Amino acid sequence: MAAIADLRAKSARTGDARSLTVAFCIMVALLAVAPFVVYPIFLMQALCFALFACAFNLLIGYVGLLSFGHALFFGWASYLCAHAAKRWGFPPEAAVLFGTASAAVLGLIAGFLAIRRQGIYFAMITLALGQMMYFVALRAPFTGGEDGIQDVPRGRLFGLFDLSHERTMYVFVLVMVLAGFLFIYRVINSPFGEVLKAIRENEPRAISLGYKTERYKLVAFVLSATLAGLAGALKALVFQLASLTDVYWTMSGEVVLMTLVGGLGTIFGPVVGAFLIVAMETYLAQLGQWVLVIQGAIFVFCVLAFRRGIVGELAAALRIKL
Amino acid sequence: MKTAASLAFALAALMTTAAHAQNPIPVKIGVLTDMSSLYADDTGPGSVAAAKLAIHDFNPAAHNMKVDIVSADHQNKPDVGASIARQWYDTDHVDAVVDVPNSAVALAVSDVTRQKNKVFLVSGAASSDLTGPKCSPNTVHWAYDTWMLANGTGKSIVKTGGKTWFFLTADYAFGHALERDTTAVVEANGGKVVGHVNVPLNNQDFSSFLLQAQASKAQIIGLANAGGDTINAIKQGAEFGITKGGQHFAGLLIFIADIQALGLQAAQGLILTEPFYWDMNAGTRAWTKRWQADRQGKFPTTVQAGVYSATLHYLKAVAAVKSAADGKAVVDQMKKMPSDDPLFGKGEVRADGRAIHPAYLFQVKTPAESKYPGDDYILKATIPATEAFRPMKDDHCPLLTQ
Amino acid sequence: MFEVFGIPSQALFGQLLIGLINGSFYALLSLGLAVIFGMLNVINFAHGAQYMMGAFAAYLLLQYLGLNYWAALVVVPLLVGASGIVVERLFLQHVRKLDHLYGLILTFGLALVIEGFFRNQFGSSGEPYQVPDALQSGHNLGFMFLPNYRAWVIVFSLVVCFATWFAIERTRLGSYLRAATENPTLVRAFGINVPRMVMLTYGFGVGLAALAGVMAAPIYNVSPQMGSDIIIVVFAVVVIGGMGSILGAIITGFALGIIEGLTKVFFPEASSTVIFVIMAIVLLIRPAGLFGRTA
Repeated sequence: MAAIADLRAKSARTGDARSLTVAFCIMVALLAVAPFVVYPIFLMQALCFALFACAFNLLIGYVGLLSFGHALFFGWASYLCAHAAKRWGFPPEAAVLFGTASAAVLGLIAGFLAIRRQGIYFAMITLALGQMMYFVALRAPFTGGEDGIQDVPRGRLFGLFDLSHERTMYVFVLVMVLAGFLFIYRVINSPFGEVLKAIRENEPRAISLGYKTERYKLVAFVLSATLAGLAGALKALVFQLASLTDVYWTMSGEVVLMTLVGGLGTIFGPVVGAFLIVAMETYLAQLGQWVLVIQGAIFVFCVLAFRRGIVGELAAALRIKL
Repeated sequence: MKTAASLAFALAALMTTAAHAQNPIPVKIGVLTDMSSLYADDTGPGSVAAAKLAIHDFNPAAHNMKVDIVSADHQNKPDVGASIARQWYDTDHVDAVVDVPNSAVALAVSDVTRQKNKVFLVSGAASSDLTGPKCSPNTVHWAYDTWMLANGTGKSIVKTGGKTWFFLTADYAFGHALERDTTAVVEANGGKVVGHVNVPLNNQDFSSFLLQAQASKAQIIGLANAGGDTINAIKQGAEFGITKGGQHFAGLLIFIADIQALGLQAAQGLILTEPFYWDMNAGTRAWTKRWQADRQGKFPTTVQAGVYSATLHYLKAVAAVKSAADGKAVVDQMKKMPSDDPLFGKGEVRADGRAIHPAYLFQVKTPAESKYPGDDYILKATIPATEAFRPMKDDHCPLLTQ
Repeated sequence: MFEVFGIPSQALFGQLLIGLINGSFYALLSLGLAVIFGMLNVINFAHGAQYMMGAFAAYLLLQYLGLNYWAALVVVPLLVGASGIVVERLFLQHVRKLDHLYGLILTFGLALVIEGFFRNQFGSSGEPYQVPDALQSGHNLGFMFLPNYRAWVIVFSLVVCFATWFAIERTRLGSYLRAATENPTLVRAFGINVPRMVMLTYGFGVGLAALAGVMAAPIYNVSPQMGSDIIIVVFAVVVIGGMGSILGAIITGFALGIIEGLTKVFFPEASSTVIFVIMAIVLLIRPAGLFGRTA
């Protein structure tokens, strides 16, 4: 009997792995073809937000921590990458690395303060920390305040590839985002990831089993912050601009929206959600005043009736893991 | 054979006549504005209404042109704004982008416009850098900028007796720039700055800062901030009896929409500079009435009037050059032609892209003095066009040294 | 007249008094949040938007019905509180059994809808609202000119805060409320209508926010953004005070108003961040907040 259960579990896992691989291949294929059909800048923007949302989802979907201050890492990495590229003349790979590394450091500090609490407290603390860093960004001279850092040079990647060509830039962004995506997948499906899921399910039990949950949560937080930082740094190069909107708390709200709409706790959910919300904002820009109302209504609808999000519902309907 | 030949002849004749009949010159204008956040009342839908009036008054059919208009909300975000502008230029065949409040967005759009050789008619943003270090052969800056405001308000106030100043400065780049520019003007004209205080942006409560301003006994309290901050400061100033105590507020960046939000009870006595006032003369009044058909109950601001004026002048330039495709050529034409419209009077576009026209110093009326809705300003002084804007020699504009 | 760190004592007392006034708003708003969180376990992100609705309702009542400030003080909390009850019945009751986070996200969405709707209707500059005639002008206290309206704000907030605290901590109704939070099933078994109590409590918390809005209308710009500007600061106040504690919310609100006021004198540039910095420090020393109970 145990053997059969074991077999079932194994086949379920291989079935999972199969559906995930198929979905991944479909995603890569679509993204490879897309720039020939859709405006590349829009795609790159959506990709950056997809990575941002995946990073956020790591924390909420797999550890159960809702961070309402992720704009902190996204925006500050964006500023620091822009500053390095423009004012220190860093080549793009170094600038992105610098931005990402600073997000990691910020994540460590913020995580240390925030991890002490759970649930709602955690959310509020991250929100407040994010807002505090917004005010710092507002006043710090290097950020350019309201003007932001403009004219950020894209440079030549490794001295070889001129990133001012849209197609080249697109390949760079796509590769980085896919790398981040795969990294998150590895983290989730590793022993470390299993412990995180255990903490989400029942933290006291995990503690009683001897796991130092605080440390695990902190590591997860730092990883999430780092990847959000990577997304921000890439975005600074795509738009050649870093601005205050990237650190304001409404940006944190947007990433929550994307993940919720796409599907909390699913692997592909944040990607779908990011593309959808970015598309909505771009193509609904004509509607102007109603964008806020529509976003709010989507939040409400998702929480009440659509909690699993698009990918979640799809996965449940098809009985596969996505 | 004969029938075939005559048919061929007829066809050829038809085709040549068709070739001679001209296709109208296509022009597409994009109004990129803030529809939903801070500047929506100062710009927003009112700017779109103004642009539509400009197109109507220009009468494209008479010039063998076909003018289309699109609009979008940049939500006060530079990346959204830049990306919409880029997409408009790349895929939607937009030839000119108009308005764009928020200097960060404007600077980004100015760059994109230069790259794509289109035209940028900015009337919403304040930064004087747009015709200074960041000037571009494709950008024309209409209506107002920080230098005009600092100089207009600062100089005129000092000349009319307001010698001592205390600044409430919004603690970010824009506020500091405004304070710095105004200080330079005040001191150059014999005034004195007795103090200042840096106020955090989006601060709700100004009482402690107002106390400090009161204690300084300065004649003029300069508000180096904008939007909600200015409104809050003035409203609370009325509460604390600032004007009753003999001090006056100088609004360094304030529009009629803000005055309407405050109400005359709170705003009375405020001194400000604007290059446009709806009730200035018969021309502005007539235009305002037509504008209000779209925007009932509101009054047009400088920015919205600027959109009208800039769009009209642009279309005239396109008609003269017979094409909207080469942005720089159209802007060069705009610089060659003097501008004239009922809203700003006679003016011109300088080599650095700055459109100049007269500016006016106004004082806000008391509730008793206001006879009808919108009757908000008394004209205190007129600043001629040649003095209202920064002289080109101080621009540091790379275009001028070429 | 003596000097403290280079600031004359007169100015200092003036700033302290002003800090107390700001603290009144923080106290009222964090009290509402604390009541809602304590009783419903929901973080009401829409609190700022409901505060804004209170201010707008006061403006609209004056504009269209000619109801003055004093009538608004009574009518507006009831009206907006009623809208809160509708929200609770339609939305919140469905998420109470779920993770807290869904309540947060839901109320966040509601806040966006409300703010977006008001922006659409009223634009972003704001609407005028004047100080009521009876409270115009002020008194020269020697060290500063204190507008009468500001004095009224302090007094009235203190009264409301004290009354709320008394009602919850010292009356029988309050004890039912507190019991229902801890063990709703048992309280129901005693015949108390718990869902109705919860509904009314949410309405009450929202009414408190609206009351703060009416009081803010004469002095702060009545604009659709006014809620989102203040809500995050209030969150920080509640975290510092301790999430479930009513007394904590009140005391912390006033205290932080005073601290912020002092910062505006000595180091004005930092006055917008000082509350967050304090929050970070408090969290390091006492993670549950100053008056909170560890969950």
